[in-house]
Amino acid sequence: MPDVAPVERALRGMVWPARSVLVFEASGIEAFDTGGAVVLYRALMEARRQGCEVSIEGLRSDYAQLMSLVSSNWAAMVAEVAPRSNGSERLKTAIGNHLVRMIRGLEFLGESATALVRLVAAPRRMRWRSCLNSLRLDGVNALPITGLLTFLIGVVIAYQGAEQLRKFGTNIFIVDLVGISLLREIAPLIAAILIAGRSGSAYAAQIGTMKVTEELDALQTFGLSPIELLVLPRVLALVVALPLLTAYADVLGVFGGMLIASNQLNVSFSAFLSRFEEAVALRHMLIGLGKAPFFAVIIALVGCYQGFQIRGGVDDVGRHTTISVVQSIFLVIIFDAICSILLNWWSL
Amino acid sequence: MDHPPPIGASSDQAEWPVIEVSHVSTRFGTAVVHQDVSLTVVRGEVFAIAGGNGCGKSTLLREIIGLLTPTTGTIRLLGTDSRQLTHSNGSPLHRRFGVMFQHGALFSSMTLAENVAVPLREHTPLSAEAIRDIVALKIALVGLPPDSAIKFPSELSGGMRRRAALARAIVMDPELLFLDEPTAGLDPIIAAGFDDLVLNLKRLLGLTVVMVTHDLDSLWRIADRVAVLGEGQVLGLGTMEALARSDDPVIRSYFHGPRGRAAHLNHSGRGLHRD
Repeated sequence: MPDVAPVERALRGMVWPARSVLVFEASGIEAFDTGGAVVLYRALMEARRQGCEVSIEGLRSDYAQLMSLVSSNWAAMVAEVAPRSNGSERLKTAIGNHLVRMIRGLEFLGESATALVRLVAAPRRMRWRSCLNSLRLDGVNALPITGLLTFLIGVVIAYQGAEQLRKFGTNIFIVDLVGISLLREIAPLIAAILIAGRSGSAYAAQIGTMKVTEELDALQTFGLSPIELLVLPRVLALVVALPLLTAYADVLGVFGGMLIASNQLNVSFSAFLSRFEEAVALRHMLIGLGKAPFFAVIIALVGCYQGFQIRGGVDDVGRHTTISVVQSIFLVIIFDAICSILLNWWSL
Repeated sequence: MDHPPPIGASSDQAEWPVIEVSHVSTRFGTAVVHQDVSLTVVRGEVFAIAGGNGCGKSTLLREIIGLLTPTTGTIRLLGTDSRQLTHSNGSPLHRRFGVMFQHGALFSSMTLAENVAVPLREHTPLSAEAIRDIVALKIALVGLPPDSAIKFPSELSGGMRRRAALARAIVMDPELLFLDEPTAGLDPIIAAGFDDLVLNLKRLLGLTVVMVTHDLDSLWRIADRVAVLGEGQVLGLGTMEALARSDDPVIRSYFHGPRGRAAHLNHSGRGLHRD
């Protein structure tokens, strides 16, 4: 097959004298495969198109069989295949798909809400085992990475603040800086973003793979609701896990800031903690922790929803996993921004 | 051409063993899959590997094509130790055989035509036009409609995917074609069509076919020789007629169960009809 290439180039470069009688002398062909047959037949047809009278002589009988194989399939080979669709049609389907996706999203939200209501009415239906498993995988196992990251963020904020505060000799305000920014905004956001990357993507991939392997269909034939079985335990697990992770992140982040404060600004641990009590109001921590369950709902629902949207095969799993992470981080930050504006409004 | 022409092989090549499996044993941990399995496949035949579920048919196939390495023993594929396939990507040997996997294994990010074109594009310097023509021929040969070429695997039915996988396996005009359960899960009409297709391709392209199958109808219709695996060994090897007369209890139960008898009757009935 690779050796056909030079022959093909030579034949394609050939200029046939118009309306002549051509005889292809084929007795010299030593090896012939379907690739060669296709190339030779293409050349014959090309010559014929230019009005030449073409014939082949001396082709071995088994090679001739291959040629007739090509000629009998030629019509199907050159059949014009209609392109998928043109520009305006594609735009229309793109808009249509977008609308369908939005409606599906709402549908999913509604189904989850009704499933939740049904569950509240009959709490014994809750899948505690699966919920606890989720709690371990998405909460407990995320402790090391969340702790390390927020600790480092605390260190970074304290370092940057130390530079500025030292200029004014207001070293003690490092406590306000680290305390308020971490408790109120940064720790909940870092925890949420980590969990979106860690667990939201896993939800999409798990549910998507179950869809591809028809496990979801199997559940449905047993009269079981995939939402009740797969979505609600995960949502509930994250709603519990994320505030706890945030509180843990608060502690480690502030600890990181405290280390740098004593190291760079000579603010001792005891001075830091006593200032912390007066400077950082409880509401900052409560606001931070209060946002966490909402972040959790966003991350879990987006992850599961993207999992259910997977249609085709393996390719789709990867695509929707990516979408789930991007979308949940996007929505988390939007929600956070709205919270900031509203809270500022109410001067909290 | 770096290999003998696919058709018109001279008669002394006809008996040349294309695959030699000698004294192969395979163990996964403590589980013994094969114990001293030996067999040869000669040029131009349709060789079937049969046996019950879990008897190591697919494992043997994967060892022959170099995806797995046997624990002990050697396998020679077209005169080369198939262990070389495991560690060398793109060796010339890879171009000389085609494999059709059980579930098609089509690349889901590519259209059918792109899937079929992969070996041509990677292994030959052919122009895009020539590749398009050859791909179109192979798609037509396996009986897929021309408009399926631009479809993605997820848009094809199971039978069409199987055909597309076959088109991809034969696109390089390989000397050797491996089929892993080609007719499993196909309806009887399509399965019979598939058998005819394999026979046709074998005749036209001069293929040697090695297939793993459970399908007794296929075995009767297209297999020249059959190796029955069981208990980690080759329990019987020969034509279907010879195996059907075997006294081995496992082979008897395999070929003389209710389905085996029906397939046999069906086959001999058809044979009579043809005469």
